[in-house]
Amino acid sequence: MKRAKLSAVACSAMFLLLPLLPGCSAPAKKPVVIGAKKFTESVILAEMGTQLARAGGAESRGDDLGGTPALWLALTQGDIDAYPEYTGTIRRQILKGDPPDLAAALAVHGVRISKPLGFRNNYALGMRKDVAAAKGITSISHLRAHPELRCGFIHEFLDRPDGWPGVKKHYVLSHTSVQGMNHTLAYRALVEKAIDLTEVYTTDGEIAQYDLLVLNDDQNFFPAYEAVWLYRADLADRHPKVVEQLLRLEGHISEPQMQQMNCLAQGEQKKDEREVAGEFLNQSLGITNTPASTASADGSLAGRLAETTYEHLRLVVPSLLAAVLVAVPLGVIAARRPRLGNMILATTGVLQTIPSLALLLFMIPVMMFLVGKGTGPPPAIAALFLYSLLPIVRNTHSGLTGIPGTLRESAEALGLPPLAKLWRVELPLAAPMILAGVRTAAVINVGTATLGGFIGAGGYGRPILRGIDKFDIPLMLEGAIPAAVLALVIEAVFGLVERFFARRA
Amino acid sequence: MFQLTAVTKVYSGRPALGPLTLDVPAGQTTVLIGPSGCGKSTLIRLLIGLVEPDAGTVAFNRTAVTQSTTRNVRRRTGYVIQDGGLFPHMTARENVTLMARHLGWDRARIDKRVSELAELTQFPIDGLNRYPEQISGGQRQRVGLMRALLLDPDALLLDEPLGALDPLVRAELQSELRDIFRSLGKTVVLVTHDLGEAAFFADQVVLLRDGQIVQQGSAADLWHRPADPFVTRFVQAQRGPEVPA
Repeated sequence: MKRAKLSAVACSAMFLLLPLLPGCSAPAKKPVVIGAKKFTESVILAEMGTQLARAGGAESRGDDLGGTPALWLALTQGDIDAYPEYTGTIRRQILKGDPPDLAAALAVHGVRISKPLGFRNNYALGMRKDVAAAKGITSISHLRAHPELRCGFIHEFLDRPDGWPGVKKHYVLSHTSVQGMNHTLAYRALVEKAIDLTEVYTTDGEIAQYDLLVLNDDQNFFPAYEAVWLYRADLADRHPKVVEQLLRLEGHISEPQMQQMNCLAQGEQKKDEREVAGEFLNQSLGITNTPASTASADGSLAGRLAETTYEHLRLVVPSLLAAVLVAVPLGVIAARRPRLGNMILATTGVLQTIPSLALLLFMIPVMMFLVGKGTGPPPAIAALFLYSLLPIVRNTHSGLTGIPGTLRESAEALGLPPLAKLWRVELPLAAPMILAGVRTAAVINVGTATLGGFIGAGGYGRPILRGIDKFDIPLMLEGAIPAAVLALVIEAVFGLVERFFARRA
Repeated sequence: MFQLTAVTKVYSGRPALGPLTLDVPAGQTTVLIGPSGCGKSTLIRLLIGLVEPDAGTVAFNRTAVTQSTTRNVRRRTGYVIQDGGLFPHMTARENVTLMARHLGWDRARIDKRVSELAELTQFPIDGLNRYPEQISGGQRQRVGLMRALLLDPDALLLDEPLGALDPLVRAELQSELRDIFRSLGKTVVLVTHDLGEAAFFADQVVLLRDGQIVQQGSAADLWHRPADPFVTRFVQAQRGPEVPA
């Protein structure tokens, strides 16, 4: 595994464009991939799955991908082989019907479901105990009398039928101060009294950590969210032993155990999920970490940095190269045909005004349609590509139109054909401007690529988002500092190249 | 060599030139002269299709100068502008040999041609590897001339070639240029607003005003037989130095 990764880094120059092509990674030695949602519990469970798969004799790795839709997409299209899910989510969000037989309904999609792992992680609403006591609130129905309460929920909860819209309807609530925020930040906001009410998961470590009140679901709205494995039906054929190992967790994790593990990873100690998962497996199933997991590149800071740097460059370099290849010709056309040029500049300008995260998410269905892969690097590269166009197009355009008339006339008077004139005279004269555009695009690209973490594209965004999720500042910096350093390095390299050109021009 | 027949050029609704008919004889030096805005620069650009006429025809060796023929006309015509019009990202040698490299000449042929041209224009060999900003204005003009002469063209067009030079360099280059024109026997069209310079170079002077030819003939004709009062005023305005007593 490690050697494969190192040689992959070494050959990165050759393989940089590979992520653009689906199905290019060697299928023969494809490791088992266990997906996780972007919150601690899911990551811990997926980490257990990864280690169990190894115990079942397969190469394996974890992949934290984002929200339910991204995971479901990744599972059905085969990017991941299994991930931990909750029965309530499967019924209300994935299958959307509440079918009587879950297993049969999932089998239609080529997906199988394990028996419950033992604990439930139900949705519930939580408040500070002192605020709740002051208003006499103990149950959700009491909220009806307090429409002034300020609510902060994660965006997914705001949209899910089994989330806030359902609660509101079921309990006839009329709260108007509702904002979407990150789950971890919502806890901080609650503790600091910036909001009064948030959604909690009943196994969250924070409930105990901050001594919060979980409101009684007195009119039985929230369904049961029993933790289960979802895995591809073909995994049982390819790696029967892996499935066997995964299923060993069935009925093995109690609610207090899960809550404690969440607390370990998220509380004061900020223990690595890998360790938390490993200790649990060791104590309850007698599985010791296989060497592969401890020797993995994730072990040391340097190893992690090498990996995130490689992943980050895998997003930045192909998207930037593709942008240069497309944007320079577009800039040339824009300079040649003013009317078309206005359209080109306006279009790339509009692309730039789309919020980067929205563009990133929009690329998921687009790349799903184009290359059959809607998660991971392809949509991130596509979004970064679009984002890098404007600075290069604009600078190519102004570089070319800024060439003094006398020089353009001199080139024309020589009798050079248009292409030769462009290649030998105009582009070299515009080169400093074009380079400045590429430099701007590269720096924007490096920063924006951190958002790739939201859709499982890896890179520096992964530690940043995990760090935000766990409120773990050092982990955030592990992504933020290298991203800033990379941007500075790019600035410096382009600065040198520009100086070389400036001296000649 | 060049024939203009009833040529007119209009810039944004304002007539800039013509209707104008002019014959530029082969092997002679024709100087276009006149005040600013008289159309002399438009006229010289028309000859190689840098400006297209709105009406009338321009012909080079009896072939109409059109979009399909301009490339050929331009390769058989050298064009030099004020300060040389050199490309700042190329060395003097690269500027001179641009077309040869484009046409795929071999190294030896290029080197031979560059030495011939450097000798003709008295350009120092060690200056060939300098960039335009590293050499003087007079030297830049020599490089511009070398570039224009590279393909041994039939005609040489010069638009205010010496306008940016100080009087000493200018006088020196004037005599060198005249020697070169005479030794090569090429058709030359030169634009200037200086009557002394015109008289120095010209076999034929064409005086323009408001896009029309006012008088055409030798410099002496302008001086001694002005066609109208404007010519007289133009000639008298070019006064010599008034040395205080």
